[in-house]
Amino acid sequence: MSADNKCCCCGGGNQFAQLDEMLAKYQGVKGALIPVLQEAQNMHGYLPKEVIERIAEKLDIPVSQIYGVATFYSQFHLNPRGRNIIRVCQGTACHVRGAKAVLKAIEDNLKIAAGGTTPDLKFTLETVACIGACGLAPVLMVNDDTHGRLTPEAIPEILAKYA
Amino acid sequence: MDRVRSHVLICAGTGCTSSGAKKVESAFQEQLAQKGLAKEVKIVETGCHGFCEMGPLVIVYPEGVFYVRVQEDDVADIVETHLLKGRIVERLLYKEPLTHEKIPSYKDIGFYKKQQRLVLANCGHINPEVIEEYIAEGGYEALAKVLTTMTPQQVVAECKKSGLRGRGGGGFLTGLKWEFTMNAPGDKKYVVCNADEGDPGAFMDRSVLEGDPHRIIEGMAICGYAIGADEGYIYVRAEYPLAIKRLKIAIKQAEDMGLLGDNIFGSGFNFRLKIKEGAGAFVCGEETALLASIEGKRGMPRPRPPFPAISGLWGKPTNINNVETFANVPIIFTKGADWYASIGTERSKGTKVFALTGKINHTGLAEVPMGISMREIIFDIGGGIPDGKKFKAVQIGGPSGGCLPENLLDLPIDYDSLIQAGAMMGSGGLVVMDETTCMVDVAKFFLNFTQAESCGKCTPCREGTKRMLEILTRITDGEGREGDIELLESLAYNIKNTALCGLGQTAPNPVLSTLRYFRDEYEAHIHAKRCPAGACSKLAGFTITELCKGCSLCKKSCPVDAISGEVKALHVIDQAKCIKCGACIAKCPFKAIIKG
Ligand SMILES: Cc1cc2nc3c(=O)[nH]c(=O)nc-3n(C[C@H](O)[C@H](O)[C@H](O)COP(=O)(O)O)c2cc1C
Ligand code: FES
Repeated sequence: MSADNKCCCCGGGNQFAQLDEMLAKYQGVKGALIPVLQEAQNMHGYLPKEVIERIAEKLDIPVSQIYGVATFYSQFHLNPRGRNIIRVCQGTACHVRGAKAVLKAIEDNLKIAAGGTTPDLKFTLETVACIGACGLAPVLMVNDDTHGRLTPEAIPEILAKYA
Repeated sequence: MDRVRSHVLICAGTGCTSSGAKKVESAFQEQLAQKGLAKEVKIVETGCHGFCEMGPLVIVYPEGVFYVRVQEDDVADIVETHLLKGRIVERLLYKEPLTHEKIPSYKDIGFYKKQQRLVLANCGHINPEVIEEYIAEGGYEALAKVLTTMTPQQVVAECKKSGLRGRGGGGFLTGLKWEFTMNAPGDKKYVVCNADEGDPGAFMDRSVLEGDPHRIIEGMAICGYAIGADEGYIYVRAEYPLAIKRLKIAIKQAEDMGLLGDNIFGSGFNFRLKIKEGAGAFVCGEETALLASIEGKRGMPRPRPPFPAISGLWGKPTNINNVETFANVPIIFTKGADWYASIGTERSKGTKVFALTGKINHTGLAEVPMGISMREIIFDIGGGIPDGKKFKAVQIGGPSGGCLPENLLDLPIDYDSLIQAGAMMGSGGLVVMDETTCMVDVAKFFLNFTQAESCGKCTPCREGTKRMLEILTRITDGEGREGDIELLESLAYNIKNTALCGLGQTAPNPVLSTLRYFRDEYEAHIHAKRCPAGACSKLAGFTITELCKGCSLCKKSCPVDAISGEVKALHVIDQAKCIKCGACIAKCPFKAIIKG
């Protein structure tokens, strides 16, 4: 992560007001770190360095330990992400029903590889192993919407809805 | 009060919602209002029926007519023809794939006929967001009975007698686990529900969480009473937003009714539940990793013993069970342990929910008594293999399981018979493969998964699975070497015997079981550089057979001039030039070119 990666979403004044309010709720709660990181990421879209440092200070947990947790779980992100998150399932059921071709169609359409974000920050493309909608394999999720019974041909239309 | 004469049940599970159920529901609201039927006909949103393939599903009661793949535009017809004129809309009925017979009532459909739905009894039939509907189906009776008439010892004894075994994979006797936690010294204890459901290809826990959340709450409360816990956690994976939402609603409703909280049923028993959202790590399904994750740490497993029953969450005795395990508990206490134990086989009691996916006509959830054969599940319930293809194997138990070939289809399915056959029950995901699936590729797929999900704490799993994946990759790329099979086997046994947790210990299973039943496919890849299923693109050689009439269309279509031959004579492909693009196959009018 580069040093100039400043938190971009909170303007002047106390840029951590919302964060601090949330942190206050978790004071003294056992096992709070993961829910705190989840809420912080919901606020900022990812976990900027300043946010992690603020959490460390307020919850009295070493920064190294927070990084340890944040990098262990695939849900947490240390870099800015797209406004729409596409999760293409590559689980077993989807795999045997052609998930590879679906992923390829999205990669070609957005001109990014899995794990990447479009330069205009519209989309981030990720793969997941099963989202539990195997009955409709192959499937993908855009944000919280599930799309099933996909074919490579169906991709442009789905992406257009979010563009 | 207005009398409701018909109910329209619309599935609001994840499957049907993504197929457009929400739009169907608003269309119903609009149409019913327009026709002045809004007071006579009630719309009910239900959980998953398990027949996701055919969604969106709509059932109209009292007739119980089952409509499939209903779209927005079909709604006017259902309202007009069925609800107004009382005639069935034939074109929206389900058609049996083999007989093409149209079947109006869902009870007569092959998919449901052989099922015994106990855990899923309410899924698709009640509104999961209304506690009264669960209570009307006998919900919370078991909890009332347990709290007011039984001692914790009696509860544990009854659970043991039922023979219930853990549905999370291991198949450990649930009653025995409860007994360990009950007897563990300590005044603070916890109940934890494992709803991390990480096995790709499994979604039964999701359906119960979304379709009947109170059943899990009731099961956990009974467990809490038995082991002496006043607090519980449900650890749900973050990929299940709808399940989390429904659980939150259910917990709130149970609290408002005094079914969770202090002094439940005046018995002096207190019990509270909290939800923890996972953060995307497969290994957190392993119990010790899951507990570490609830504590806010990296979700890494630790060696056992001590087992969670002795030292679990924050070092306190903790009983952890799977979603489906807890969902079975209320049944045992309403119907009795003897009744429950009469279902299933000698050592595996009750039912099991399987998730049918892959190359199968009816993908969805099927709940069947233990001891049923795989053939019945795949062909009678699942409707067989699509497109007239041939069955090859069924993978059971996800990344820690194995596959069963055709000649084992009649094996009665239970925990022990599967282990003997080199597979395992796992969570109950069944992925069906046909003749076009390459078994080496399947093994590679699973290794790729476990390798990526390995937490990295122990060397055999972290390094060993990587090495195995490398070997499998080179085999499927056509660069397999003499001795690779033996090398895979030796790595597999080493990892199995030395890995720290269940993830590593079972990771080699897909390789071992495909080697056991499909060794010839590995050999074909290594020696003949050929993929018999024609799935590995780097190996897919094309050959022209005797069916060739010498029309030379293929020759003209080939972009690299790899095909030669005189007109009206057999053509040949120069394998060295061929780039395996498949253009010739598409062009050949005589189906004379084959791949593989
Ligand atoms: C790598 C790994 C992943 C697991 N994933 C799950 C899971 O997703 N759900 C689950 O219930 N059990 C899972 N288990 C099994 C749990 O460790 C534990 O045995 C189970 O939750 C106990 O509940 P039961 O006795 O009711 O089956 C997993 C085990 C391993 C080793
Ligand atoms: S394997 Fe893709 S949703 Fe389950």
